[in-house]
Amino acid sequence: MHDDGLIDTNVWLSAWPTRGSWAATPRALVAKLRRHGVVSAWTGSFDAALHTDIAGVNARLAEACARDGEGVLVPFGTVNPALPDWEEDLRRCHEVHRMAGLRLLPGHHGYQIDDPRLARLVEFAAQRGLPIQIVCSLEDPRSPSPGLIAPSVPAAPFIDVIKKIPRARAMLLNAAARPVAGNAALLRRFADAGNLALEIATLEGVAGIAALLESAPTLPIAFGSCAPFFYFESALLKLQESPLTPQQLDAVRHGCARGLLAAASAR
Amino acid sequence: MNRRLLLKRAASVATTLPFFSCAASAAEPAPDTAATAWGGGELRRVGIWDAHCHVGTPGTSPAKRMAALVAIADRVGIERLCICMSPPWFHEATPEQFRASNDDVLEILRHWSARAFGFVYLNPTYLRESLDELERCVADGPMIGIKLWVGCRCNRSELDPIVRRAAELAAPILQHTWIKQRGRGNLPNESTPMELAELSARHPGVPLICGHTGGGDWAAGIRAIRARPEISADLAGGDPVYGEVEMAVRELGARRVLYGSDASGRSFASQIGRVLGADISDADKRLILRENLRNLLLPALRRRGIAP
Repeated sequence: MHDDGLIDTNVWLSAWPTRGSWAATPRALVAKLRRHGVVSAWTGSFDAALHTDIAGVNARLAEACARDGEGVLVPFGTVNPALPDWEEDLRRCHEVHRMAGLRLLPGHHGYQIDDPRLARLVEFAAQRGLPIQIVCSLEDPRSPSPGLIAPSVPAAPFIDVIKKIPRARAMLLNAAARPVAGNAALLRRFADAGNLALEIATLEGVAGIAALLESAPTLPIAFGSCAPFFYFESALLKLQESPLTPQQLDAVRHGCARGLLAAASAR
Repeated sequence: MNRRLLLKRAASVATTLPFFSCAASAAEPAPDTAATAWGGGELRRVGIWDAHCHVGTPGTSPAKRMAALVAIADRVGIERLCICMSPPWFHEATPEQFRASNDDVLEILRHWSARAFGFVYLNPTYLRESLDELERCVADGPMIGIKLWVGCRCNRSELDPIVRRAAELAAPILQHTWIKQRGRGNLPNESTPMELAELSARHPGVPLICGHTGGGDWAAGIRAIRARPEISADLAGGDPVYGEVEMAVRELGARRVLYGSDASGRSFASQIGRVLGADISDADKRLILRENLRNLLLPALRRRGIAP
């Protein structure tokens, strides 16, 4: 059972300006992830949220994952469709850095989730077989640094975007907080889109994974920790808190993530 | 499968329960094949005491809602749950509303006294009625603590008679606190840790629990209560961001830090994980997850003749 290991779809390098980190180095991050059975960690860079040289951030991310990732850290570069010539960033992520996917931060980069430029980016990524991750939030909006808190990204409008690009594959990060997880109708719309997944880093409520699957049994749900911003153990213990069938557990641990990559690259 | 069946199954699935593998060296390969990487029965052996729970799980009666919550708590090694404020919740609860909420908790305690401790919900804005409710539920009833939420700023003088009576009853007070957007986002009567420290200064030696320890601005919350040794820091209810547990232990000492979840709205797992993942000793984790709350409640339990 669980021979295929654990895939963490929501991992970060570098430091968030307002927080310390339990992982002082990429190697420390990898050591802990491996100790808990993580075989693959989809990894973005916090620098992508605030730095203006996104291409430089992506290059450093790729280098760090190659140098220190021990085959576990899988870089997901960031493209900002509000910047001039973002298409070149996308090309480099794919052709130069050989990244497996992209991680977008609309809240920090100042565009809406239904912005036509984002739809175009999703289309281009789909043509290259790259799945898209969209970060819906990082800091609790009630936290003390209002200058650094980006507006939460409402996930619902993205459904209409992704449904128009059926060959695209996308995952919403930090989107499963209460307003979404408690909305069964919205969860079913996510599931019905057919090419959209959620992960569990911000999922709350007791037995939250089981509750999500009860609301939307076909909704793809992946494991995500938002480490090292969050404690990795908080996500890991959610797998135990929910009563899941072996099939459900395997899907969350690795099946959903593998399926997303495979489907995207098969386009 | 509906939620009730899922929750029922939770009780019947024997799982291996986690933990303290953070003490393992990075050289140990040991990726666990269990649901979590900890494996073993370590959490169950610890027997976690949860300082901050609400019975918001589904069910046709309060006791059945509690059964659902306990089934999930069992999966992550929680032995005892402090419960309060049965839904629905009202920010400015009237006496009728807080009595109804407490009636639910009393019914739960009739069935679940071996697992749950009750905290009576009061709104000091209604002082006379709150004192009467304290007599009904704690002095003459089975509850052992007091829960104050967002109906009245906790530095107000209305709280003084409640604190004095709580001290006589050995009943700890769990006061909700939050600092939203540096306090500008708080509800009109929502308390801060700074206000709880003011209350504590008027009642030295009376044990108080700083609910959420300021929430998202826990760093300010910890500072606010640092000089008041009778205030314990409740970890419940925030995102599991790195740093709060480490700072609380560093600034307050591990013996003033309490694990709480704020279930059922929060996940037991996300909140336990903050303690498990913290860069503190295993001994301190045990204090936070169990012993500190047990020690805090012992006088009240002894008064009621309850063997913990």
